[in-house]
Amino acid sequence: MSASLIYTIITISSLGVAAAIILYFTARKFYVYEDPRIDEVEEALPAANCGGCGYAGCRAFAEAIVKDNSLDDKFCPVGGNDVMKTVAEIMGLEAGDQKARIAVLRCNGTCEFRPKTNHYEGATTCAIAAMNYGGETGCQYGCLGFGDCVDACDFDALHMDPETGLPVVTDENCVGCGACVEACPKDLFELRKKMPKYRRVYVACRNEDKGGVAKKSCEVACIGCGKCEQECKYDAITITNNLAFIDSDKCVLCRKCVSVCPTNAIIEENFPPRKIKVEKEAQPAES
Amino acid sequence: MLKTFKIGGVHPAENKITATKAVVKLPIPKTVTIPVTQHIGAPSKVIVKRGDVVKTGQIIAQSSGFVSTNIHSSVSGKVLKIDTVYDSSGYKKESVVINTEQDEWDEGVDTSPDLIKHTDLDAKTITNKILDAGIVGLGGATFPTHVKLSPPPGMKAEVLLINGVECEPYLTADHRLMLERGDELMVGIMLLMKALGVNRAVIGIERNKPDAIEHLTTLTKNYEGIEICPLKVKYPQGGEKQLIKAITGREVPSGALPIAVGAVVNNVGTALAVYEAVMKNKPLIERIVTVTGKSLSKPSNFLVRIGTPVKDLIEAAGGLPDDTAKVISGGPMMGKAVATIDIPVTKGTSGILILNENEGHRKPVLNCIRCGRCVEVCPMGLEPYFLMTLSEKKVWDKAEKEQIMDCIECGSCSFTCPANRPLLDYIRYGKLTVGGIIRSRK
Amino acid sequence: MDKLLTITPSPHIKQGDSVNKIMYSVIFALIPALAWSFFIFGLPAVLITLTSVLSCVLVEWLIQKFIMKVEPTVKDGSAILTGILLAMNVPAGLPLWIMILGAVVAVGVGKMSFGGLGQNPFNPALVGRVFMLISFPVQMTTWPNITRQVVDATSEATPLALVKEGVKGGASVPEIMQTLPGYDELLLGNFSGSLGEISAALLLIGMVYMLIRKVITWHIPLTIMATVFVFTGILYLVDPLQYADPVFHLLSGGLMLGAIYMATDMVTSPMSKRGQIIYAIGIGLITVSIRLWGAYPEGISFAILIMNAFTPLINNYVKPKRFGEKKNG
Repeated sequence: MSASLIYTIITISSLGVAAAIILYFTARKFYVYEDPRIDEVEEALPAANCGGCGYAGCRAFAEAIVKDNSLDDKFCPVGGNDVMKTVAEIMGLEAGDQKARIAVLRCNGTCEFRPKTNHYEGATTCAIAAMNYGGETGCQYGCLGFGDCVDACDFDALHMDPETGLPVVTDENCVGCGACVEACPKDLFELRKKMPKYRRVYVACRNEDKGGVAKKSCEVACIGCGKCEQECKYDAITITNNLAFIDSDKCVLCRKCVSVCPTNAIIEENFPPRKIKVEKEAQPAES
Repeated sequence: MLKTFKIGGVHPAENKITATKAVVKLPIPKTVTIPVTQHIGAPSKVIVKRGDVVKTGQIIAQSSGFVSTNIHSSVSGKVLKIDTVYDSSGYKKESVVINTEQDEWDEGVDTSPDLIKHTDLDAKTITNKILDAGIVGLGGATFPTHVKLSPPPGMKAEVLLINGVECEPYLTADHRLMLERGDELMVGIMLLMKALGVNRAVIGIERNKPDAIEHLTTLTKNYEGIEICPLKVKYPQGGEKQLIKAITGREVPSGALPIAVGAVVNNVGTALAVYEAVMKNKPLIERIVTVTGKSLSKPSNFLVRIGTPVKDLIEAAGGLPDDTAKVISGGPMMGKAVATIDIPVTKGTSGILILNENEGHRKPVLNCIRCGRCVEVCPMGLEPYFLMTLSEKKVWDKAEKEQIMDCIECGSCSFTCPANRPLLDYIRYGKLTVGGIIRSRK
Repeated sequence: MDKLLTITPSPHIKQGDSVNKIMYSVIFALIPALAWSFFIFGLPAVLITLTSVLSCVLVEWLIQKFIMKVEPTVKDGSAILTGILLAMNVPAGLPLWIMILGAVVAVGVGKMSFGGLGQNPFNPALVGRVFMLISFPVQMTTWPNITRQVVDATSEATPLALVKEGVKGGASVPEIMQTLPGYDELLLGNFSGSLGEISAALLLIGMVYMLIRKVITWHIPLTIMATVFVFTGILYLVDPLQYADPVFHLLSGGLMLGAIYMATDMVTSPMSKRGQIIYAIGIGLITVSIRLWGAYPEGISFAILIMNAFTPLINNYVKPKRFGEKKNG
């Protein structure tokens, strides 16, 4: 009994030693030098591997930073400026200051506003539906409602609202990685500047049809009338192809455009719910 | 043993309801809507403006590149507007809307029914006339014909194959054309042979059209170099690569064009259009469209002007039945379901198919039971179940290696799947994405 | 127009076949053989089959309803089929509680733990059978005595086991064969064994039906039979005293049942025809090896399970012939 125990111990130990020797020499032979800063940078990154930076993952991003030895055009939307500062310290570089961004859906074509004109039965992804035709409604620019964006979101910041048939962004969770922007075949998501308390004013429409046609397919479509453009004092609004666009870097959230829009295509979000008071205060100031 | 292609294939119920219905000429509609993208390639450039008076056969949009073609007015009248209008693609396309006044033809067009057999034109002139007349492949793919007739340098066509297979169920437009316009078709084929510089042409016809085979076989006696090849009934025999394999036994290599094996394939409809363009100076402004469906009261074959609203065709075939679930532009295997019948007939509209509530819906998707039938029926020898998974998971590099780009989108896999899986939906999406990746690499 | 048109990508028509139809066709094909076993073994066989089918269906339903929380799909017939196949793989005298346990393992572990129909790497009925065979070897090899068409309490070994034991005991095969049922009896099913392995002829009728209905193709069953025939044929020619002849091997044991109904299980067999042939040859070789040199008299269950494990690998490496593929490439 004890003899077999001893033999076992000897066999296993010598196997272990032999393996260790082989491993040692293999590791020596195939050793590849790697910049230690890659590991350091990777350590500093949030490890979300979301691809929001445009690279395949945090490791690839770290490798790219070290390889290029610069931080130009490189930004981690999840970690934001804090993380980029840490990375800059590791690299001995200067970090650029980028503003945090948040995704917004530029379509408000709910079931109520945008009647269905046909019934889709194909594979239920937006990408495939978009390949076949303009969508279940008369608007070929609007949300298809199959939730490719929800599947793309790694941060649980998007879910479909069954009542409206549109995706909803959970502000607190959105890191602005841009996965939804990539996923949406209709290009409905936009990364806008993150404002205090997640306040924002934007045109919730992408319809480039002429006013009458757009209005016919969706009640809240932007008809490109240009009233908001005239109203805006900050040059934040431009109209191209019958469609208004508010530049979030110029917008100061005055909300004047919201009140002039004849189709309610411009949306304000997360402002205090004291609308009547606000209007009362605003009126004497204008007159 | 009749000839056919070797790998895969299915045999859907033929349902050729309109096979015995002679082609009826529809009256010219009050307005026509002519999209500028009726072909594969660059959209044509509109050269008329609102208020212009145009004649039948006059060019209204010009070719904007090598792979592009001209578009002609199909009526005479006044241009009402140039607007974006839904076509069968399901997206709005730039189109010229013309109000019909009368039917006054452009100068030089011979509208008489006399058959002209001989011409002294050389190959180059014939090809140019085909380009001028805006002829595209009328089988449904709408690839500009003059491009097919101009093989890339170093390649030489040996044989011209004429596609009279019409393997899509329900459709009979080509069948009627072969029966009723046989002589003109033969002259058209002679012209195509001349343009290509080949002395042999083979018309492939499936055995389910014995009258067409017989009729054309009699005619071939008068035309040198044209043969008829009867084929076994099997879908998708009308696919270019499958037809070449069936008739010549050659396989077009993956990613290559048919010219790589010395073959050029044209549809019978195209050959007829070539005859009219070259001999009669008549551009491509009308085509034969099968309007069919089990619940339709008067399914028919119509000769209609390009730009005629599909609604008019359905009206002429007895009106849209109440139990309609789906309206399809094209055949049931490769056609496109349309969201509205307010769309125009284009050069690629080979048929309008109405499916009723029983036929027109998809069944619930179940788990894949790995029965392997999609693999068995794929005419390209691909593995549809696997390509679908790769597309679903977005593993594009692997999908490319598995030759997703070879898929001809015939739909045999989805047709046969017992679990009702949307195989082709995903594969098509994969093809689109992988195609984009390949192009961006160049 | 008030009614909305339906949009789907092409194709717009479907072949009439469905998963349900496939499953019920296989069940239908099994009916003659099953009925024969009821006739031979009587009430115990009926009870075994009912227990097996009901437990399989119930287990699938319960798991889908309460654990996976999806709409139960027992109506597709796959659980019924598993139940029948499982019953056909056990002796008629098996205690019912073992049968229930086997069904729980077959469906619960063999199928549902992987996600249900289409996801399981191994044939569920075989997982159940092998579980029972290993856990309850005595009960699983106690065959009722049917030599005089009367089910007797004493046990009778299967022909395969008799040959195996006989050869081990030093007897030559021709001697043993004299004591065994003849080919006609093997074909008709007048000998002892599991419910489903007794009548090769009726199983073959089921195969012809499935081939006509195009539920299966000839590739897997015929390749397995051919492999077994050729392999045992060679051995028989080399030493007829040691090895039984190929016809005996084809007709005895669970080979027919396995080759026709278990190896052809769509979920666990390769997709391409080339792959299916490789898979079937593998099954044939392993079966014969286990029968002749292994610890068990019958090896088709193990052979199929082993080749099931290779199926993903075969799918990955054996591709169908692509259109336009280069001849030598």
